[in-house]
Amino acid sequence: MIRVQEQDFDPGSELELLRDHCAGRAGAVVSFTGLVRDLNEGDAIAQLTLEHYPGMTEKALAQIEAHAIEHWNLVAAAIIHRIGPLAPNDRIVFVAAASAHRKDAFSACEYMIDSLKTEAPFWKQEDTPGGKRWVTAVDEPISS
Amino acid sequence: MVRLRFFASLRETLGTGDEQVELPGDINDISALTAWLQARNDRWHAALDNTRVRIAVNQTIVKPGHPVRDGDEVAWFPPVTGG
Repeated sequence: MIRVQEQDFDPGSELELLRDHCAGRAGAVVSFTGLVRDLNEGDAIAQLTLEHYPGMTEKALAQIEAHAIEHWNLVAAAIIHRIGPLAPNDRIVFVAAASAHRKDAFSACEYMIDSLKTEAPFWKQEDTPGGKRWVTAVDEPISS
Repeated sequence: MVRLRFFASLRETLGTGDEQVELPGDINDISALTAWLQARNDRWHAALDNTRVRIAVNQTIVKPGHPVRDGDEVAWFPPVTGG
């Protein structure tokens, strides 16, 4: 399940949906929730704005999810990413993996959030006391 | 026509995020298209003259030698920072 949305999400409800979907086939669910921090590179962050490439984003997330499901033999997976303006402590991203055993769920969850950070076309702009600035990528750039 | 897309800092620097252009007959790959856009002015030249700039054709990341055809959507953007 892939969703790109402006509105907030409820991790508890998302986990319940995933559990319902598994219908007894999964023994483990691992999830990751990313939050907006109030500090980056020593500067206070008042707001974070997420820009994305509509269409390509969904394609990239679907590929990441499909690879995770296939590679770790998942029963189900979920990726939710928010866009638009966000405040410190807001939820920004949610990734979950359900599998028969916990090891696959842990590995798949880590793979999905790591891949998302380098492969999906999202860009963060921070609002700091010194003005707006684009966050610079620290990970390896998107692959070609 | 080819649809040109620019995102994030590139969109701001170039002052455009989305435009349609008629592809000149002698342009058939991404390198040539990028060079043609860079010839617009110094700002375009500098903004696209960066090895960190990623290029996607029809929403898939490609290398500079990738062909470009009428009807394609081509996007230039900085390294991604989601998650």
